[in-house]
Amino acid sequence: MSVRSSIAVLAVLAVVGLLVFGLVSKGSSGISVGEAAPTAPLPRLEGGGEESLAAYRGRWVLVNFWASWCVPCKDEAPALEAFQRRHGGGRFTVLGIDSRDLSGDGRDFADRYGLSYPQLRDGNGDAAHDYGTTGVPENFLIDPRGRVRLLVRGPVDEEYLRDSVAPLLPGSPS
Amino acid sequence: MTRRAAIAASLALALLAATAVHAAAATPRTSLGEISSEVMCPVCGTLLELAESPQAQREKAFVERQVRAGRSKAEIKDALVAEYGQEVLALPKDSGFELSAYVVPIVAFAIAAIALAFGVAKWRRAGRRSGADGSGRPSPRGPSAAEEERLDADLARYDL
Repeated sequence: MSVRSSIAVLAVLAVVGLLVFGLVSKGSSGISVGEAAPTAPLPRLEGGGEESLAAYRGRWVLVNFWASWCVPCKDEAPALEAFQRRHGGGRFTVLGIDSRDLSGDGRDFADRYGLSYPQLRDGNGDAAHDYGTTGVPENFLIDPRGRVRLLVRGPVDEEYLRDSVAPLLPGSPS
Repeated sequence: MTRRAAIAASLALALLAATAVHAAAATPRTSLGEISSEVMCPVCGTLLELAESPQAQREKAFVERQVRAGRSKAEIKDALVAEYGQEVLALPKDSGFELSAYVVPIVAFAIAAIALAFGVAKWRRAGRRSGADGSGRPSPRGPSAAEEERLDADLARYDL
């Protein structure tokens, strides 16, 4: 093979490689039930500093992706807060992640609905991408070992929380 | 000009200058239209100016508040980056690694131009070697013996 042919082949391979890289890097990673949940640290919505899901290892955590501009998020917020008041504590918490939202709007939303559970911020949507979300709201129940036990691609309501989440939590009659 | 007229003129100039400064301060330094054509709606994946989603409406309202507060385009873009990350920018920054987005096309164009120039020069040299100087004029070389022979034969055949 001549030098010119080699260069041409290399150029074609480079272009194909770039296309493949682009497709792979743009694709959603996603997680499914049984897999380990991503634990990249995120800034807190209020109070400053960062926090990671890893800090909740040993507890059940209902990770709730939401945004202040999302209408179904407004509908599920009271149910999540009621569930947190009933079950939240040393063994369980709801963990809100405000995704692709303005921080001021997110704080206003949390205040308006009186959300008492911890809230993190995912302004650029990296965490949402790591979880493979397709929108907001989406909910992931993470067990004490950090694995996904339930996954809801949409809003949850009181009935779902009572019938599907509560029975898995410690101290609940099974 | 009398002294009184000079004082009046100075006061008028000072008043004019103050009005101009006030007007400049009140005039927005940029606009929603200008910003929204250079930033993205992160949820929609399109330019903000083309987006109508609820998230885009919030983002536009945020930009309008910043414009009314007298912030510059760069300051507003920085505020958007602080909220949504670098992905919110539709254009790469002109520093760091993202500078390559501007430099690479220029370098590639320069390399292509140089390669084209070399190619043309090589083509012209080859043209000269084969008897043409590239100007479209016939070669100054006379006919070869075979050509002369063929010409004589043709002339004889047609009895010219």
